[in-house]
Amino acid sequence: MAGVLEMPPDDVLVQQLRDGDERTFALVLDSWSGGMLRVAMSFVSTRDSAEEAVQDTWLAVIKGIGDFEGRSSLKTWVYRILVNTAKARGTKESRTVPFGDLLAEEEGPTVDPARFRGRGEPYAGHWAVGQEPRPWHFPEDHVLRGEVRGVIEDAIDGLPPRLRTVITLRDVEGYGSEEVCSLLEISPGNQRVLLHRARALLRGKLETYLSGAHEGAIGRGQA
Amino acid sequence: MNCDEFVELVTDFLDGSLSEEDEQRFVGHLAECSKCELYLDQFRQTIATTGELTPESISDDARGLLLTAFRDWRRS
Repeated sequence: MAGVLEMPPDDVLVQQLRDGDERTFALVLDSWSGGMLRVAMSFVSTRDSAEEAVQDTWLAVIKGIGDFEGRSSLKTWVYRILVNTAKARGTKESRTVPFGDLLAEEEGPTVDPARFRGRGEPYAGHWAVGQEPRPWHFPEDHVLRGEVRGVIEDAIDGLPPRLRTVITLRDVEGYGSEEVCSLLEISPGNQRVLLHRARALLRGKLETYLSGAHEGAIGRGQA
Repeated sequence: MNCDEFVELVTDFLDGSLSEEDEQRFVGHLAECSKCELYLDQFRQTIATTGELTPESISDDARGLLLTAFRDWRRS
């Protein structure tokens, strides 16, 4: 997953933080703040506010590290503080994102029904001719792969907040389903609905981007 | 199983949360339909690439402030 440098095991990490080891603090700060920023963005209205939520979280971590009991991983503990801090901010800004129930727009098909053969046609429900998933070629080239990541990054930024939160935790940060459900107080089923919708939207963006990538490459060559 | 059902079950399948019966139907369809096999493959590539994202980070100002706060806390 992103940002995983040589991270010592939790017990070592916690001890070094308690001992006031600045390099260790810088390591966790640099490794986790980016992901935390994304998660915070789901609950508050501006990037500045998200950054303040992340700062407040780290200040609480500095003060509270002595009380950390190791019942979850250190990172999960930090993320719990973050979610609570960002939620409290979001409430003040009247921008709460309750996760309990699904919204109407979060249900329904994640692939355009027009891409499948209609009811009453032969092979109803199968991919319609010319509407199948378009084969794509994943670039090997370092720079081009970076561009593909850029497409995904933009697509995540454009997701509705709840979808963004779930995919960030699961697929960017690499949390398991159980941890995400407990962080967000959401049922496993609803969590999967949100995650699946977010992934399907990203796949769609990549399909569009990568199947048009040839023209893009020629365009870049001429520029 | 039809393709339009298959595409909605991919995340459940990858999470291992399909019922045994649905998983058999899912795998049965996968074996017969190269288009859905491609869909699943692209879904996996999407997830893998998302996992490669390097998160942007907080501003240098905020970083400096927090490092100072950590240092001060250690001295207090």
